[in-house]
Amino acid sequence: MTDFDQLHFTAEHEWVRLEPAADGAAPSATIGITAYAADKLGDVVYVDLPDEGVEIADGSVVGEIESTKSVGELFAPVNGTILAKNSAVEDSPELVNSDPYGEGWLIRVAFTELPDLLSYPEYQALLSDEEASH
Amino acid sequence: MAVPFVDRHIGTDAAAQAVMLQTLGYDSVNALVEAAVPESIHAAEIGADGVGRASVIPAPATEREVSAELRALASQNSVKRSMIGLGYYDTITPAVIKRNVFENPSWYTAYTPYQPEISQGRLEALINFQTMVAELTGLTTSNASMLDESTAVAEGMLLARRASKQASHTFVVDADALPQTKALLASRAEAVGIDLVELDLASTAPDDLPESFGVFIQYPGASGRIVDPRPVIEKAHAGGALAVVAADLLALTLLESPGSLGADVAVGTTQRFGVPMGFGGPHAGYMAVRKGLERQLPGRLVGVSVDAVGNRAYRLSLQAREQHIRREKATSNICTAQVLLAIMAGMYAVYHGPDGLKAIATEVNERARDLATTLRAGGFEVVHEHFFDTLTLAVPGRAHALADSAYARGYLLNVVDDDTLTVSVDETTTPADLLAVTDALDALPRGSATYTEVLPSLPAALIRSTDYLTHPVFNTHRSETSMMRYLKRLADYDYALDRGMIPLGSCTMKLNAATEMEAVSWPEFAGLHPFAPRDDVTGYLSLIDQLETWLAEVTGYDSVSLQPNAGSQGELAGLLAIRGYHRSRGDEARTICLIPSSAHGTNAASAVLAGMKVVVVACDELGNVDVDDLRAKIDGHADTLAALMITYPSTHGVYEHDVVDICRLVHEAGGQVYVDGANLNAVLGFARFGEFGGDVSHLNLHKTFCIPHGGGGPGVGPVAARAHLAPFLPGHAFAQKQEHPLVGVGASAGAGTVVHAGGAVSGAPYGSSSILPISWAYVRMMGSEGLKQATGAAVLAANYVAVRLRDHYPVLYAGDNGLVAHECILDLRPLKDATGVTVDDVAKRLVDYGFHSPTMSFPVAGTLMVEPTESEDLAEIDRFIDAMIAIKAEADAVQAGEWPAGDNPLVNAPHTAQSIAVGSWEHPYDRERAVYPVQSLISHKYWPPVRRIDQAYGDRNLFCACPPPEAFEEG
Repeated sequence: MTDFDQLHFTAEHEWVRLEPAADGAAPSATIGITAYAADKLGDVVYVDLPDEGVEIADGSVVGEIESTKSVGELFAPVNGTILAKNSAVEDSPELVNSDPYGEGWLIRVAFTELPDLLSYPEYQALLSDEEASH
Repeated sequence: MAVPFVDRHIGTDAAAQAVMLQTLGYDSVNALVEAAVPESIHAAEIGADGVGRASVIPAPATEREVSAELRALASQNSVKRSMIGLGYYDTITPAVIKRNVFENPSWYTAYTPYQPEISQGRLEALINFQTMVAELTGLTTSNASMLDESTAVAEGMLLARRASKQASHTFVVDADALPQTKALLASRAEAVGIDLVELDLASTAPDDLPESFGVFIQYPGASGRIVDPRPVIEKAHAGGALAVVAADLLALTLLESPGSLGADVAVGTTQRFGVPMGFGGPHAGYMAVRKGLERQLPGRLVGVSVDAVGNRAYRLSLQAREQHIRREKATSNICTAQVLLAIMAGMYAVYHGPDGLKAIATEVNERARDLATTLRAGGFEVVHEHFFDTLTLAVPGRAHALADSAYARGYLLNVVDDDTLTVSVDETTTPADLLAVTDALDALPRGSATYTEVLPSLPAALIRSTDYLTHPVFNTHRSETSMMRYLKRLADYDYALDRGMIPLGSCTMKLNAATEMEAVSWPEFAGLHPFAPRDDVTGYLSLIDQLETWLAEVTGYDSVSLQPNAGSQGELAGLLAIRGYHRSRGDEARTICLIPSSAHGTNAASAVLAGMKVVVVACDELGNVDVDDLRAKIDGHADTLAALMITYPSTHGVYEHDVVDICRLVHEAGGQVYVDGANLNAVLGFARFGEFGGDVSHLNLHKTFCIPHGGGGPGVGPVAARAHLAPFLPGHAFAQKQEHPLVGVGASAGAGTVVHAGGAVSGAPYGSSSILPISWAYVRMMGSEGLKQATGAAVLAANYVAVRLRDHYPVLYAGDNGLVAHECILDLRPLKDATGVTVDDVAKRLVDYGFHSPTMSFPVAGTLMVEPTESEDLAEIDRFIDAMIAIKAEADAVQAGEWPAGDNPLVNAPHTAQSIAVGSWEHPYDRERAVYPVQSLISHKYWPPVRRIDQAYGDRNLFCACPPPEAFEEG
């Protein structure tokens, strides 16, 4: 089971999990999209992710998640450098739907500073606001 | 006394309309429409004070009279034997294809196959086309057609820029490219900041190629010359550029394929595969790409997937690339392509097979070679050693005289310049033709003829060694009986207007009357080369002039160009006209295009291709442009505003009340107003774009003016403009007549002519000319009053549907007096929230009831947009309404727990015959409920050939060619 209290969230429906830092290494985080986002997109058929070593800037578009009927953009939630992308998701995009918080992770990023992100209760509040506005 | 055509075209008669009006509480159709259309935009009366001249549209003619008038126009055209070449060749349309496809409403009245379960026939036909193109070009994936060769090259250029990692803005163009392609590339490249460099690639050392993101090669060249492109392609690749090769498919049956020579992209036309020249179109262009570039393809792509029980089924793939989803980030603005013509070309290959195609190509090549041999013996210099079907002759100072001599004998040669002629041979060329041309050139051997060696005309290094068209479908249907039955089988899979209503919002699936269609295949309209001399096409030019003036009058504009061969191209042409206008006044900085959030995605994609930047304007909760946000966006771009693009009535099917104010705000800020004419069927005769504030519009002749949709093309997207923009409408160097009528309404009435001097947007001067007689005949038979009646009947039908269904499904938007325009949006989101039944479930269940679904999830996700059009009668409209009400009751039963959410007639829809007959039946509803939910279906039933198709499977496992036969044995 996903321990949501261990995750941070963004208003762009991404989750950020801080990874235990190795000695001396920069802190790193794993990033994916939330189950809500995956459900809204529908059946994901293709993901385009940045390669290892690419520098990313907070708020910029660094990838795409494409379903049969729409396209979602992957926003960088932090400034940093790509440590890894999830090749398994490139080969089996359905993992984003079936296990968005686990096997469906997207990128791993080394960063220097973590911006303000949402806690799980804050993200849930955001979701109920979005639902109410529809 | 003949029944007036208007009574054949409009489905509801006076009695039916009275019933419908009573339901709505109005006394007359005019009263209804005038209550719906804001008073501020009501059309001025032509011939009265508002417009100081008589109408240019004549009083309506009967069907018989119109046939006779078209005959008279046809007789003013003169069909010569064309040897002009330049991408257009005479061809023999197999009669079995002409009768069973081209002239068969089961094929030509179908819509784009967005509902794949009821479109398997044309999807299979299109996958044949894709397989044909991919195998002949030696590339992995072909799309399901492009608009024409020249626009396909432009799309190839744009694809190369997207896919290349090279930062250069330079695109290298073969000097031996088709002249119309070069002209079109020039205008398309300039708008998006691409620099073109034209080089004779045969004489340029590869090391002298400039740095570029792409190189374009014509293979064989416009001169007929065949050059091995490999050194250029290798050099291009080494520099990070992509190679785009335009190739002649018939030549490729003999020559090495572009793919095997290293090309990344192949483009071209399939016209000579049995599609008449038609004075320029319509024909299917094509584009194929190597592995890895599939996602960069523009246009429609058919792929293989599976249905709910695992049977193979076809569907449109990778739709997320397209402009309706990705908007300004789309791979292209094209949507409609040339499906009907692509199907014909694919069937030409099915009927002839690889051996038949090769035999045709060999004969063409041998005839060209024989002609070369004779002409050499007669003292002519045949310039190029290697050619497929076209000879370049060096005739210093004599080119015009020799062409005139040939013309006098009924042959059209291509004069390149004073010193150069080209002669092209095609499938229809006979030995007698060669003799006549030789005689006309005065090259017949006299006295003791000297023996001249027959030289090989194809370069040994480029003789094709790879197989093509090995799939059984290209090797089975050799007899006409077999071909006829194959075409019938595919047609029977599909739902077209010959089965029932297609109530697709924003698509206007009205009648395509038989009388309108008749002239299209007459040789005097079908058999002309687009660059034929003016004297040979006077009937066409009269028809085109008349249609231009009629369309100008009904839209309130001053001049019309019929050149754009799709709505998307009309949008592009209109935006390029705005761009040209601003730049002519020194306003280079005006590049911002405001587009409401509700707009069709094509608007945004077109704006980008016209070199503009898209800024989105918000809509309010009623679906109208948010005027406060518009003001803010205008203020924010005061010096850079180029245009606002709005659709009227809006994509929400509502007559926006504030449209006059909206146009005024844009004009006050120095911008131009582009009114998208997609919904013209809601205002024709009641309001005119040019009167209420529009500066330019495109119309869709395939919506409002009866050109059939052809299963996803052809379309025609004329662009209409006010006088100040008219000089910037698309021109064409080869147009037989540069001046166009300037109609003028009101102040500028009766104003003479204007030259359209903007860049070309189609390969041919008048685009898809051969289908213009359809729209001409429609206006001629309806007259002004009939067109107005059609609008009234369409608006009446939409409001009737809205009122009858609103207690079952909320109607999302309405305008003045609670009325909708010519379409209405049914909101299915509350139903989904309450019952779990989705818009897909309802759409597919409609198939079981014998209907084509309305437009799904456009412009609002989770909704259905219904456009009944004026052509449906009350019985059919009521049958649809009853089906929708019955489906709502089924959804209610799911909600009430009578059927589980995962197993009910809706989620399992559509039901095939196989699904109720084979195996045991284990659903909580009976088989009769599944397939005969209403009694009338027992005597008349459309059976879908497949169950619901798995969309995700097809995109995750992309396969876009004919599946091997054993694939159908699984599942």
